[in-house]
Amino acid sequence: MKFRGRTISKGYAEGEALVSSNNISFLGDVDVETGMVVADDIDIAGKSIKNKILVFPSGRGSTVGTYVLLRMKKKNTAPKAIVNVETEPIIAVGAILAEIPLIDKLTFKSELIDPLKYIKSGDYIVVNATEGWVEVNEDC
Amino acid sequence: MHLTKDEEALLESNSSVAKLMEILVALGKIYGAERLIPIHSSHISGISYQNIGDEGLEWLESLNAKVVVKTTVNPAGMDLVKWEAMVDKDFYSKQIRIIKALEKIGAEISLTCTPYYLYDVKFGMHLAWAESSAIIYANSIIGARTNRESGISAIASAVIGKTPYYGLHIKENRAPNVLIKAANFDPSALGYHVGRILKHDQIPIFRFEKTLSKDELKSLGAALAATGNVAIFHVENQTPEWKNFEIPKEKIEIDGFEIKNECEPDLIAIGCPHLSKDELLQVLKLLEKEKKTVKRELWLFTSRYVANKNKEIVEKIESFNAKVFCDTCMVVSPITEKFECVMVNSGKALTYLPKLRGVKVKFGSLKECIKTALN
Repeated sequence: MKFRGRTISKGYAEGEALVSSNNISFLGDVDVETGMVVADDIDIAGKSIKNKILVFPSGRGSTVGTYVLLRMKKKNTAPKAIVNVETEPIIAVGAILAEIPLIDKLTFKSELIDPLKYIKSGDYIVVNATEGWVEVNEDC
Repeated sequence: MHLTKDEEALLESNSSVAKLMEILVALGKIYGAERLIPIHSSHISGISYQNIGDEGLEWLESLNAKVVVKTTVNPAGMDLVKWEAMVDKDFYSKQIRIIKALEKIGAEISLTCTPYYLYDVKFGMHLAWAESSAIIYANSIIGARTNRESGISAIASAVIGKTPYYGLHIKENRAPNVLIKAANFDPSALGYHVGRILKHDQIPIFRFEKTLSKDELKSLGAALAATGNVAIFHVENQTPEWKNFEIPKEKIEIDGFEIKNECEPDLIAIGCPHLSKDELLQVLKLLEKEKKTVKRELWLFTSRYVANKNKEIVEKIESFNAKVFCDTCMVVSPITEKFECVMVNSGKALTYLPKLRGVKVKFGSLKECIKTALN
């Protein structure tokens, strides 16, 4: 299935999806050194976001987290791309600085959809944030 | 969001400018701005090496861009002259690199959270300021217009000369929606308390029994912005915009509140936000009244601009063995971590010192702080 979306940070990536239904802060919820989700109130706790296409609703918490995605990118622990239901400024600016593609507000046939209903962890997905679309292939 | 042809072209320009433009466009989309508007000035936060680390430093150094509007910057992690009393050589050299990078993009090395003392910020001016205490001062006490920018979005706006048109740039969004009736409280303590009880999108208008000085309004605002998600407040009969709006129906009456005070101070730190000339004078008067030198460490923080303009006051204060530092403050300098219990008269410092510097805090009015320092 192919969805249109709103480009926040340009770029192209494809790979395995990791889907969370919780809001995530890259400052505190994720270990920068390993990419492991450490916050135990998040449903993907114990999983690594490194090189995944991370799909989650939005951000939460601290405003001092902008440089964290940049640090993760340099340490090679960042996600390949981010798909949000609706993003927020800290993650948006962080993704632009770190050159991580970020797309949100996905639509199907012009109707806003919830990506969490259409993308499962393990799906192979393509994110073209430059052109503003996401393609989901269930057979990974 | 609608972009002009010139704005579109910036997205295709050299990589720093394009990326900064991309940031403004992203923020505009997120907040539903219809366009960008020109700004008069920018103020950048995230200057202390303690706060932004190597990633922030390297990103600032990588910028290949120049600011196109007046741009000031927040305090650093040390006094540029008396740095040896505050930080080690490694910190010093990293902090200097940050300052050099800011200089390279054309920012003024003001190193203060009170840029409004440095130049004339006027009613109705559109700004892109970071630093919550400066934002709330500009909006509330001056009647200028700025959203709560981050250090990075303030840099983006400084280089592009524009900001997305949403939020507090639009008059309707500046209206108060809760009336706060409060008797005679210390303004800083009151701000600390009210910020904690306000809901996320509440804009307060205060009804006071007496007129507050600009310095008192400054302390109130800084504390409000530290404990609450507040970027503007009004005061009946006192702030410039209160008459433009109806008095809200929702009321909160403040009868009293407690602030935890549990430690024996080994440092008394005044100047969050940075002290004005009047505040320096107040400190001097309190010291002169007692005619004795301080018994505990008493540190005052102000901008180099204000200190240089008031050298005589500063020298007199220092003759009581108090120390006056510029370019930095107790919240952003690592030196504060060497103390166990810091006494402050600032609701903002009270909020951030335990979180950022890991020290215990005690609150008192300016009078109480000076008294503690002397005994």
